[in-house]
Amino acid sequence: MQESSKHWYERTYDWIESRVQLADFVRESSAHPVPSKTASWWYVFGSASFVLLLLQIVTGILLATIYVPSAGEAWNSLQVLNHQLPLGWFLRAMHGWGSNFMVAVVLIHMMQVFIFGAYKFPRELTWLLGVCLLLMTLGMAFSGQILRFDQDAYWGLGIGASITSRMPIIGDQAVHLMLGGPIIAGATLSRFFALHVFVLPATMLAFAGLHVWLVLKLGINEWPTPGRLVRRETYMKEYHELTHRDGIPFVPQAIWKDAMFAAAIIFAVAFCAAVFGPFGPTGTPDPTITQTAPRPDFFFLWIYSALAFLPPSVETPLIFIAPVIGLGTLFALPFIASIGEKSWYRRPVGVLTLIVVAVGLATLTHLGTYAPWSPHMSAWTADEIPDRYVHGSTPLERQGALIFKMKQCHNCHALGGLGGQRGPALDSVATHLTEDQIIRQVIQGGGNMPAYGAALSPPEVTAVVAFLDTLHPPNQLPATDASRSIAETDKPAFKEPVESTKP
Amino acid sequence: MNSDFDKQHPGPRESASASSPVVGTDSRVAGRRKFLFKLSIAINAVIGLLIATPVIRFLLGPLRPKGTYDTWIPLGKVDDYPAGSTLLAFFRNPTTNPWDGETGNVACYVRRQSNDSFTVFAVNCAHLGCPVRWFPQSQLFMCPCHGGAYYADGSRAAGPPERGLFTYASRVDGDTLMIQAGQLPTLANQARLKSPGDCPGRSSASTNFQLVKEIAPCRKAPNTGTNEPTIG
Repeated sequence: MQESSKHWYERTYDWIESRVQLADFVRESSAHPVPSKTASWWYVFGSASFVLLLLQIVTGILLATIYVPSAGEAWNSLQVLNHQLPLGWFLRAMHGWGSNFMVAVVLIHMMQVFIFGAYKFPRELTWLLGVCLLLMTLGMAFSGQILRFDQDAYWGLGIGASITSRMPIIGDQAVHLMLGGPIIAGATLSRFFALHVFVLPATMLAFAGLHVWLVLKLGINEWPTPGRLVRRETYMKEYHELTHRDGIPFVPQAIWKDAMFAAAIIFAVAFCAAVFGPFGPTGTPDPTITQTAPRPDFFFLWIYSALAFLPPSVETPLIFIAPVIGLGTLFALPFIASIGEKSWYRRPVGVLTLIVVAVGLATLTHLGTYAPWSPHMSAWTADEIPDRYVHGSTPLERQGALIFKMKQCHNCHALGGLGGQRGPALDSVATHLTEDQIIRQVIQGGGNMPAYGAALSPPEVTAVVAFLDTLHPPNQLPATDASRSIAETDKPAFKEPVESTKP
Repeated sequence: MNSDFDKQHPGPRESASASSPVVGTDSRVAGRRKFLFKLSIAINAVIGLLIATPVIRFLLGPLRPKGTYDTWIPLGKVDDYPAGSTLLAFFRNPTTNPWDGETGNVACYVRRQSNDSFTVFAVNCAHLGCPVRWFPQSQLFMCPCHGGAYYADGSRAAGPPERGLFTYASRVDGDTLMIQAGQLPTLANQARLKSPGDCPGRSSASTNFQLVKEIAPCRKAPNTGTNEPTIG
């Protein structure tokens, strides 16, 4: 009687539930009490990371229905996705922006966990799994950039291989293992495809599952209160009391903020995808095209910048030792600072460290966006010398300006804000270098400037120096060598002006 | 049909206590099962090792003894490269797969100092492997990544590289320019070539001679550029 009064879907539910027997577990897990103060917008980043991981899996599978993991065809299949299949561009954009959002949200999640002291006893293992998940998220971002298989991907692999080759003794073999052969080619793409599509996502799901399981078993980290110290002997009891004295059921009282934020993040990904479109691909992965300036994706720009600043003598040791120290610190953190204060008000060293690291990474990333250490390869033909610098100049000076362009000086030296930033801007060079000093600098180089003595004929040097000597503000005279006028006053017969190249 | 089962939602503990017969009361049977359990783990470990061996060998497939990837390949006619010039040249890597597409191609710079003297540079910057670009006007190779710069003879001019450009060994075979190539030039497979023999600007013929005759340190790279005629 009772059985027949049920709807068909209730009967189906009962049929399945009597077999899988998950209802009690789900009910208990969702209703488990959490400290009421943790129902906060600060606690939404972990769940958002997981939602983004799921989004990446869904969009990734959709892309895999079209993408061809072959060095000869990958780039073309991306063009098909971008331009021929309906909304293929949108799915690529969702996957690309989803990747950026995921790295960003995982980093924010990690900062929040650090600043709230959540890695302390008994959640050390949760933190360790989290560090692994961060590394795998970055691994996914890097291997995903390689699957784009454009010029940036190709030369990014080149940079990776060059770094690997610096490993002592096994460098050569390690490069071949990384590339799957002697050069960057089909085998390289295939192995990064396997990594990106099978190895890393499967491991990430397993780790993320364990990560969430630990959160369920140990409870969400309580809101830090200054003066409430973590002690191994009493913590579990205190936490239990807190959740029962001042606790609320996770569903629905806390979870709605997670759900709301997840929706906002997914919308933000879709919005960026629709407005800004997919990333690349840039030029074809043709190694014979040397007219390229490879740049890594946004979240790897800081590494790219750091590599420009390392002094050559310590570069190789630093490349291998610094990550070991950095990761070692992250892994050791929950054991070094396992107990004690959680509140940021009482952890000045932790807060300052976080600020320094964040500002450091942000600065390096910002520098990486315009790479002032790189010559602007097209400045000599693309950027112009401002009119006022050649206005009313002599033929010799104007010839000098031409040589300044023709000999690629502009690639490293800016004039009027245009041109490279590798060397100093030369807008007022004449005020701080005398004519002789400019001649010496041009011919012999130095201070990280190549010597141009062999690339310039003497008349060319004369002309370019004449031009550079005009580069001073109208109200400021060019620098002169005082000893030269003294020397000249000693020789009464010699009456030419000091600036001998000036008419 | 099995609606009773559906309604009851039997928990695992419940059903176990109700129906599972305790067989292991005989200690001899229990001991034998324990032994068989351990044996099954041991057998699986052996089988696992057996399977792991070919898997590891497969994964290490790309590893080969040093230098075996390199072979001598032609890089066109000698007359394609006018004396005093530095030109971008391409070749197909000696080992490729059909699906490598254009990634199987490799670029290099051929510098012909005189009629019988060639230097073939890799395009990969000695710092981190980015493609350097040749500027004949200023007689410089410039790298777009971290600002490495090299003189026409390949020696370091500026920036982070610690050494000059990588070179391929080259020789003239009749009217054909041959180079020894086959793998991505990196510090691991190029660093040792610099000393004793292969100094930038020294021809490959004399390199071989040097290697046999004496271990001579490279003379310090001149920092005043080259004696190349300039253009423009």
